[in-house]
Amino acid sequence: MDWLTDNYVNILRGFGETLRLLGASGALALVLGTLVALARVSPVPILRGVGTFYVTIFRNTPLLVLILIAYYGLPEIGIDFGFFINISLAMGTYTAAFVAEAIRSGFNGVPLGQAEAARAIGMPFMTSMSQVVLPQAFRLVVPPMASVYIALTKNTSLAATFGIAEATFRMRGLFNDYASQMIQIFVGISLGYILIVAVISWIATAFERRWAVA
Amino acid sequence: MTSIKARWAAVAAAAALTLAACGDAGSSDDASDDTPEYEVEDVNFDEGTRMAELNEQGSVKIGVKFDQPGIGFRAAGSDVPTGFDAELGKILAADLGLEPGDIEWVETISANREQFLQNGTVDFVIASYSITDDRRQVVGQAGPYYVTGQSLLVAADDDSINGPDDLEGKKVCSVTGSTPIKLIEEEYGATPAGFDTYSECVDQLLNGSVDAVTTDAAILLGYAAENEGELKVVGEPFSEERYGVGYSQDYPELCEFINESLTEAFEDGDWESAFDATLGKGGSEAGDPPALDPCQS
Amino acid sequence: MSSTVLYDAPGPRARVRHRIFGILTIIGIVAVLGLIVWKLWVEDQLTAEKWEVFYTPRFISLLAEGMLDTLWIAVLSIAGALVFGLVFGTAKLSDHAPVRWVAWTVVEFFRAVPLLLLIIFIWFYAFETQLGTIAPLVIGLILYNGSVLAETFRAGINAVPRGQVEAAYAIGLRKSAVMRIVQLPQAIKIMTPAIISQCVVALKDTSLGYYILAPGLTTIGRDIWRTFDNRLATALVLAVLYIVLNLLLTALGRWAEKHITGARPAQSMENNPSVPLDKP
Repeated sequence: MDWLTDNYVNILRGFGETLRLLGASGALALVLGTLVALARVSPVPILRGVGTFYVTIFRNTPLLVLILIAYYGLPEIGIDFGFFINISLAMGTYTAAFVAEAIRSGFNGVPLGQAEAARAIGMPFMTSMSQVVLPQAFRLVVPPMASVYIALTKNTSLAATFGIAEATFRMRGLFNDYASQMIQIFVGISLGYILIVAVISWIATAFERRWAVA
Repeated sequence: MTSIKARWAAVAAAAALTLAACGDAGSSDDASDDTPEYEVEDVNFDEGTRMAELNEQGSVKIGVKFDQPGIGFRAAGSDVPTGFDAELGKILAADLGLEPGDIEWVETISANREQFLQNGTVDFVIASYSITDDRRQVVGQAGPYYVTGQSLLVAADDDSINGPDDLEGKKVCSVTGSTPIKLIEEEYGATPAGFDTYSECVDQLLNGSVDAVTTDAAILLGYAAENEGELKVVGEPFSEERYGVGYSQDYPELCEFINESLTEAFEDGDWESAFDATLGKGGSEAGDPPALDPCQS
Repeated sequence: MSSTVLYDAPGPRARVRHRIFGILTIIGIVAVLGLIVWKLWVEDQLTAEKWEVFYTPRFISLLAEGMLDTLWIAVLSIAGALVFGLVFGTAKLSDHAPVRWVAWTVVEFFRAVPLLLLIIFIWFYAFETQLGTIAPLVIGLILYNGSVLAETFRAGINAVPRGQVEAAYAIGLRKSAVMRIVQLPQAIKIMTPAIISQCVVALKDTSLGYYILAPGLTTIGRDIWRTFDNRLATALVLAVLYIVLNLLLTALGRWAEKHITGARPAQSMENNPSVPLDKP
């Protein structure tokens, strides 16, 4: 276990970078994904088209290729804030497509009759939204959203060969130094990721319970 | 919807066809013109040696890097790598009585060189492969055929970095999982930035995303030459890397063969012309050939 | 239009407003795209030098080769993942606790571990053997996608109404027959959309092979940009090729869904949040 005792500082720093990436790209994905989802359900046909286009493009491109575009394309059009921001932009825009789909499926999951009933008893639009539609949509959004963020956590590993010294970068270095303890290293680093995934699942469960409908 | 999609596909296909007629990329830089040729001799090896076997079967598998200009590099669409290591592979093959066309080139990376030798994926590894005691415990290494050391590549107008001691807090790029990237973090306090290949690192250095690129001077010189006026190699090498030829310990007789072959190449000028055609293109000198380690038997 | 909870069908004034919004959107998009193209032009990214390689026949055939490798790896991985998923998905529903427990551990582990981490590990571990580079990639893809599909299968089987299973038992079918005749055929109908999107995920993830020198589109792309120093152009071309491949794959899946499982799925999974729908 000397790989752990000698390197735990670096490994922790690695997971720190992983979490920073998760936070930055996760926040971007949430904001952008919500906008795209709103576009996809909006009454303006062209906006709906734009939303659908966005989701189609970003959902069908490998993240790796998007990172390449962000690393070698964005600087050319004057957007260059270093590795961390560039890779967060790539991961954020990619994940936003999935966030948008999660949100849209939540809206679609609310039965039409609910909104009609709200309207029928005289609720104005905003009230029917805030009291009837959104709470139910939100509850439906939580589980797919958790999967999206779990996937994002794992996708941050791609940053290992794009200038970020995160957890997978650390594992790759340890493999070279401690070739005989590879299984331990792999399981150890995996457990780190599993812990993050478990925390996300736990938060999702807590949310679901909070918004549970009897 | 389907008809629109189909129409677009047709347009794209038509465009591809018309364009295909006029593209001509990569035809001007055929690499094979200016590399030296090595005399393929009629050779006789003792019965039962590995050399005799390879000569008999008429082919040899050599592991080289595919991503290091000047050392071992394979262009897209080409089967044959170029570079100093690849030239040495041809020299060895010639001494086995084999033509360059008889060589099967296999891409190796730093992490899999020992295993490729051990499990017989390749017969020789010539892939900027430093001789170390650790490695000699599991594989054979003959040579060295070239001596270099870890060094730093920086922007030509950067005066703040003159050696490894100036790296504290600087962003330094190298290949993820490599020894140089570990050294500059642990010994000199630099912030590591790991990429897939050195070329990627050089690109990041050119656009200012990292402060320096570190690895063996031999590799860095190639990039400095390619980007003259923009990049420079600074400071003395802060490690000694002695590039050797890897072979499997199952065939210890290969060591004497490699050493003899290298000695001959040192003497008849093949080694120098191989260097001049590859690493020396940027103007650096081959210098004196290094002294070979004796073979242990 | 009427199938949304968010707004009513627009009247004449709303339609005019929507049209104005639409035109503004188009103007905005055209302006941004124009700006990007102009910037790229100024920065010399749109020169023939950077793009010529993509209309040179030799490199088109190289890319086609890479695409075939990608497809081949994807087909192997998806086929393997379907088998893996079926085995572990049913194992998770087993009546025997130890079987359930083992299946749960395997599936949860491979779902939570980053695929790249897994592939690198298998690749390193396989150095001792002559497995090469394709096998580690395919094994990694099977383990990961198979685990996701195992969850999908389990949820799909559970989504078959309980009463049907009870009815099947009541007419004297055995456990395996219930699974084979009643649960699986309906579950597969329910799960098809999720399976299709997982196939797209697997196809995209073959790109990770670039890291371990496995052949494929991205690896060919890397060869090209190393040689011609045109990373952005190459990445854009790769993106287009992957998008086309994935759209074709999706269309194929839809077609298969229609022709194999009959006219309409019994019950869509779209709105069933307990089923993992789509993952990046």
